[in-house]
Amino acid sequence: MQTEIRTPVAGLPQTTEARNAGMELDLDRVMRVQANRPAIERRVATFPGRRTVKKNYQAAWLCKAITCIDLTTLAGDDTEGRVRRLAAKARQPVRADLLDALGMKGLRVGAVCVYHDMIAPARAALEGSGIPVAAVSTGFPAGLSPFHLRLAEIEESVKAGAEEIDIVISRRHVLTGNWEALYEEIRAFRAACGPAHLKAILATGELGTLRNVARASLVAMMAGADFIKTSTGKEAVNATLPVSLVMIRAIRDYFDETGYRVGYKPAGGISKAKDALSYLMLIKEELGNPWLSPDLFRFGASSLLGDIERQLEHHVTGAYSAGYRHPMG
Amino acid sequence: MSVKEIFETMNYGPAPEDASEAFAWLVDQGDRFGHFIDGDFTSPDEGFLSRNPANGETLATLTQATQADVDTAVEAARKAQGKWARLGGHGRAKHLYAIARILQRNARLCAVLETLDNGKPIRESRDIDLPLVQRHFYYHAGMAQLMESELPDREPVGVCGQVIPWNFPLLMLAWKVAPALAMGNTVVLKPAEYTSLTALLFADLCRQAGLPKGVVNIVTGDGAVGEMIVTHPDVDKVAFTGSTEVGRRIRQATAGSGKALTLELGGKSPYVVFEDADLDSAIEGLVDAIWFNQGQVCCAGSRLLVQEGVAERFHDKLRARMQSLRIGNPLDKCIDVGAIVDPVQVRAISEMVEGCTEGERFSVATDLPESGCFYPPTLITGLAPSHRLMQEEIFGPVLVSTTFRTPDEAVQLANNTRYGLAASVWSENLNLALDIAPRIEAGVIWVNGSNMFDAAAGFGGVRESGFGREGGWEGLRAYTRPVGRTRQLAGIEPNTGENGPAEGIDRTPKLYIGGKQARPDGGYSRAVFSPRGKLLGQVPEANRKDLRNAVEAARGAGAWGRTSGHQRAQILYYMAENLSARADDFAHKINEMKGGRSGEKEVEASIRRLFTYAAWADKFDGQARGVPIRGIALAMRAPVGVIGAICPDEAPLLGMVSMMGPAIAMGNRVVMLASEPYPLVYADFYQVLDTSDLPGGVVNILTGKHGTLAPVMAAHMDVDAVWSFSSSGISEVIERESAGNLKRTWVNNGLVRDWFLAEGEGRDFLEAATEVKTIWVPYGA
Repeated sequence: MQTEIRTPVAGLPQTTEARNAGMELDLDRVMRVQANRPAIERRVATFPGRRTVKKNYQAAWLCKAITCIDLTTLAGDDTEGRVRRLAAKARQPVRADLLDALGMKGLRVGAVCVYHDMIAPARAALEGSGIPVAAVSTGFPAGLSPFHLRLAEIEESVKAGAEEIDIVISRRHVLTGNWEALYEEIRAFRAACGPAHLKAILATGELGTLRNVARASLVAMMAGADFIKTSTGKEAVNATLPVSLVMIRAIRDYFDETGYRVGYKPAGGISKAKDALSYLMLIKEELGNPWLSPDLFRFGASSLLGDIERQLEHHVTGAYSAGYRHPMG
Repeated sequence: MSVKEIFETMNYGPAPEDASEAFAWLVDQGDRFGHFIDGDFTSPDEGFLSRNPANGETLATLTQATQADVDTAVEAARKAQGKWARLGGHGRAKHLYAIARILQRNARLCAVLETLDNGKPIRESRDIDLPLVQRHFYYHAGMAQLMESELPDREPVGVCGQVIPWNFPLLMLAWKVAPALAMGNTVVLKPAEYTSLTALLFADLCRQAGLPKGVVNIVTGDGAVGEMIVTHPDVDKVAFTGSTEVGRRIRQATAGSGKALTLELGGKSPYVVFEDADLDSAIEGLVDAIWFNQGQVCCAGSRLLVQEGVAERFHDKLRARMQSLRIGNPLDKCIDVGAIVDPVQVRAISEMVEGCTEGERFSVATDLPESGCFYPPTLITGLAPSHRLMQEEIFGPVLVSTTFRTPDEAVQLANNTRYGLAASVWSENLNLALDIAPRIEAGVIWVNGSNMFDAAAGFGGVRESGFGREGGWEGLRAYTRPVGRTRQLAGIEPNTGENGPAEGIDRTPKLYIGGKQARPDGGYSRAVFSPRGKLLGQVPEANRKDLRNAVEAARGAGAWGRTSGHQRAQILYYMAENLSARADDFAHKINEMKGGRSGEKEVEASIRRLFTYAAWADKFDGQARGVPIRGIALAMRAPVGVIGAICPDEAPLLGMVSMMGPAIAMGNRVVMLASEPYPLVYADFYQVLDTSDLPGGVVNILTGKHGTLAPVMAAHMDVDAVWSFSSSGISEVIERESAGNLKRTWVNNGLVRDWFLAEGEGRDFLEAATEVKTIWVPYGA
C-alpha cells in the first residue's frame, strides 16, 4: 500500500485531517433535502458579478486552480506514450520561465487521472513527483458491469498503485429512489478502496433533478466518500455551477453535522480560466478557505490548463498569448 | 502582495471600478448644476453640496430651486404637453426608444455616477439598476406605440409632478418618467437632495437624444421644493415615492385639489420561511432581500418569519452566511454591502437598533472603512410583534426575526403590520406556497424569491405602503384619465315640508347593519318630503357609532372575499330578480321623492346594472405577465377590502346599485351612505338584499348627513377605501382625512357623472374595487 510522504502542493485528500468515516444511512435527513432550482440558478447567475479577482490576485488564484486539476486522459486510444506525455505536463504544468516570473516554481497539478491499464505507466512517469494517480473504476462510465467485477476492478487498481479511485454510482438507484441500495453500493466500494481515496461520481447530468443530486450527494458522503464528483465527462451535461452549488451545500451540511470535510470535484465542461475562477470563488464563499486546496477540491479537466497558461503568460508579459507557445500535455 | 503570498491566503484583492469617466462628466458640467428646464440647464445658483457617502468627498454643487424655478418648470411642461400628446403613440415611442438606447450606450457612466452619488455597490447599479432602467424605457416605448389601439378611451392627464427618493435614484426616475411620457404627459421631476446627479445626467442624455423641450424638466432641492411641486396649481398629477410620513403630508396637501395621486411608500415586508423550504436558497434570497442596497429598499424583506422547527438551524446558517458578506468601497466590484446614503441615515439606523433591548443581536464582525457612512449587516432574533423593530421600518441593513407555528399563524404575523408592500414565501410545497401568497396583504409577493422586478409587472402597495401601481398595464392608469368633458355637479338640497301623518301603516325604516335592521344610536330621525312638501316617511340619522358598527360588521364578513365569482354572480342576479319583482314600488317611491316620472327608467337601469356586475363577477380576470424569468408573474385581482361608499344624491337607487355592484362583485364589503336628499328607497332595497341570500355584513346601509359622516368614514382605520359621489362638497375632507391610514379614495371632486350612461359603470369601477397583486412564481424541477 502507498506510504510515501506527500508534498503539501499535491497531496491526497485529508492528509491534514480525519478522513470521512461515513455514518449510518439517515434516510430522514436524506428525504428532508430540498433544492430549489430557480433560486439556485439565480445565485449562480449573479455570482460572477459579485466576486472577481484582478492582477496578482487573479494570477495567484489561477495557480491555485492548476494545483487542483486532475489532469485527465480517458480515451480508448490512450497509450503509454500518451500517458507519459501527460505525466510530464503534470510535473511542469506551466512553462518554467513563467513560473519563475510568478514566483511559483514547483507548481504541480493535483493528480493524473487514467483508466486502470494506464496506472502503471502513469505511476512510473510520476515517480518521485508526489503527484498521485487516480483511476476511474467500477465499470466507468456507465457502471453497469457485474457488481463483483466492479469491486474487483477497484482492488486491482489499488494494487496497481492508484491512490485515488473515481467510482461511478448506479444511477438507477437514484432514479428509483433506492437510497439503501446506493448507500450499500458505495459503502462496499469504499471498503474495497482500503487506504485509497474514493471519489464518488454521481453523473449528475443523468439524475434528473437537483434534489436528486442533493440526496445522492448526502448518501455518498454517509457511505464514506472522500470526494463527491459531478460527472464522468461522458454524460450529455457535465459539471455546471447550479449542480456544484447543490453539491457543495450538501458538503457543508455534512460537515456541520459530522465534522468531516468531504472534497468536491466538478468534472467535464470546465475549459476556461474564468470558469475555474468562478468555481474557486463559489467554493470560497460557500465552504470557506479550507476547501481551496487539492486536498478537498479538484477540477476534472483536460483543456482548462491550456487556457490558464495563456492567461498567466498575459499576466506576466502584458500581451495576449497563443496556444502554441505552451507545451502540450 | 506577491502571487505566492496570495496563493497561500487566497484572499480577494481590490477590484475597483474606474470612475474617471464619471468624474470627467462632472468636470465637463463645471461641477455645478442648475435645473433642467425647457430643454436647457439653468445657470447654477445658491444651493447645496452633493457628496459621495463612501468617503464624504464633494461631487458637485447643486441648486436649490425657488418657487420661480418651479413655476418656470411647470410652465415649460404645460407648454410642451399638448404638442407632445399630439405627436401620437408612434412618435413618442420613437423618443422613448431613443432614450432607452442612449441609456444603454451610457450604461456604465450612469452606473458609476449612481454608485458615487448613492453609495450602493457598483454590482447593483451595473447589474440591477441600469438594466431595469433601460427595460422600463423599452417597455414603455411599446406602451406609447400601443396606446391608441389599446387604450382608446384614455387620454393623458397633463403635467405630472414627480418626487423620487434617494435609494434608487435613476430607477425611480425611470419608473416615473417612462409611463408618464408614454401616455403623452410631460413631467417636472425632483430627485432626492442626496442623489440628484444621475437625474441631471439623464437630462443631459435626453437633450442628446433629441427629446422635445419641456417634456422632461428636472428641478433640484430639498423637501420644500417637493412641496412646491405637489401643491402647484397647474400640476395635474402627483407621483411620489418615499417615506410614509411624507406621503401622508402629500395626501393632505393635495386633498380636494383634483390632482391625481399615487404614492409608493414604506414597508416592513415579511419574509416567510416554511420548514420544507430550501433553507440555503432562502438564506441567499434573504441576502438579496435585506442586504440589497444596504437594506435601503422600501420592499426589503426586513421581517423574517421562520417556522419554529427550523428556526435555530436557519438562524445559524444565516449568521454563517452573513460573515461572508463583504462591506466596503461601493466602487469595488467585489463588495456586497456599500455605504449608507448619508450620516443622517446612519444615525437613524443606529438609534433604532440601540433602542432595541430585546432579542439577540448579531452583527457581522468586520472592520468597517474608517471614513464614510457604513453600518454592519445585523440580525436581531427572538423578537415579538410587540417590539418596535418588528413594526417600524429601519431602512438599513438590519433584519429582525420571529417564529411561527402554522401556516395560518404565518399569515396572521405577516399581516400584523400597517404596511403592505411586498412579501416573500419560501416553501417547496406548491399547495402551501400558493395558498399563503394571496393571503398576505401586499402588492407584490415573491414565491421562493425576493426583490424581483420588471417593467411588465406592477409594483406598489396596499395599506400604508401607498396606492397605485408602477409597471404593467395597471401602471398606466395613473398617467391617463378617461376621455371626456367635465361639468360641475350642483348640490341637491332635501325637500322640505310640514310634519304630519304619512299614508298607510306607520313604517319605521332602520339602518341596515350586519344583515339586520338596527335603530340609530343617536335616536334621531329625519323626515323626507316630496317636492311639494308632502311627508313621505322618516329615515334614521346615523352617527359615528352607527358607522363604527357598520364597519365592524363589514370587517366581520371577510369570507365574502373568498367566495367564487360564480357565487357572487348568482347573488347579484338574484338581487336583480327580486328588485324586478318590486319594480313598481321602487319607481313609485323615486317619483314621489324626486317628482317627475324618472322612477321606472331608474329601476330598469338598476336592474341592468346588477346584471352588468353579475356578468363581471367572474370575468374581471387577472393576467399572467411576460416577465424575463422562467416562471410566471400573476397579476391577480384582489378585493380592496372594506369600502365606504357615499352614494350619489341624484339617483337614489341607481347610484346605490352603481356603488354596491362593482364592490361586492369583486369580493369587497361595503358600508353605503344613501342619497342624502332622496334616501327613502334604501329601506326597500335592504329588503331586496335580505331576500337575495346575501350574507350579513357584506352590504351595510346607513342614512344620514354626508357632510357629518364622510370625515368619520375617511378617518376610520379599518376602512380600506372611500368612494364619494355625493353632491355635498366633501371630496376635500375625504381626501384629507384618508391620510390617517392612507386608504384609497375615489371622489367626484364636485363633477358630474351620468349614472344612466356608460360612465356610470364598468372598468373604472372594477379597477377601483380591486388591487392588483403581483405574485411571482419562478419554477424549475
